[in-house]
Amino acid sequence: MTIALTHFSAAVVFALFTSIVFGITQKNSTKEQVRYGLYCFAMFVGGVFVAGWLMWLIRR
Amino acid sequence: MPKATPDKAAQTAEYPLTNNAIIAPILGWIIPGAGHIFLKRYVRGLLLLISIFAMFFIGLGMNGRIYKPNGGDILDILGFVGDVGAGGLYFLARIMDWGNALAANAAADYGKTFIIVAGLLNFIAAADAHHIALGKKP
Repeated sequence: MTIALTHFSAAVVFALFTSIVFGITQKNSTKEQVRYGLYCFAMFVGGVFVAGWLMWLIRR
Repeated sequence: MPKATPDKAAQTAEYPLTNNAIIAPILGWIIPGAGHIFLKRYVRGLLLLISIFAMFFIGLGMNGRIYKPNGGDILDILGFVGDVGAGGLYFLARIMDWGNALAANAAADYGKTFIIVAGLLNFIAAADAHHIALGKKP
């Protein structure tokens, strides 16, 4: 079975699962884990947008 | 006069090395999340299991490559170290001869990265199980 993901969807899936593991392993309480997981996810996805816009600027 | 920093003996007494602290990380390495489940952290263990399994199999689904130990190239050796972090999943993939597709495209490159990162995340999860068993983390 072959999974076909776009660049963006691959980045979001990567961010989702990585953020879950980071949240669980890097913080102690459940509340802290959820907050840190969401923070990591936002930074990953935000980084994708920043990199995308930078590449758009470089291309011009 | 007391020492300014605690000596090694005092640190060992604070976090004694128990059987659980040895079993949990090994179990967690072989089956992702199992170390946490063994320590009765069921939700965390299940989430780790789902996340690492999903990353590994999505990587394989994207035609990601599984590295072998005798790669020769330094980057291949590093790739192998990352892959082997997935423990049982890595050995299962080798036994089943998965991850041998010779696909040279962006998706396959992402797939390879997914598999390596799944292994590296499992190393972190196993270390976390060790810390929980030691009592350093609730």
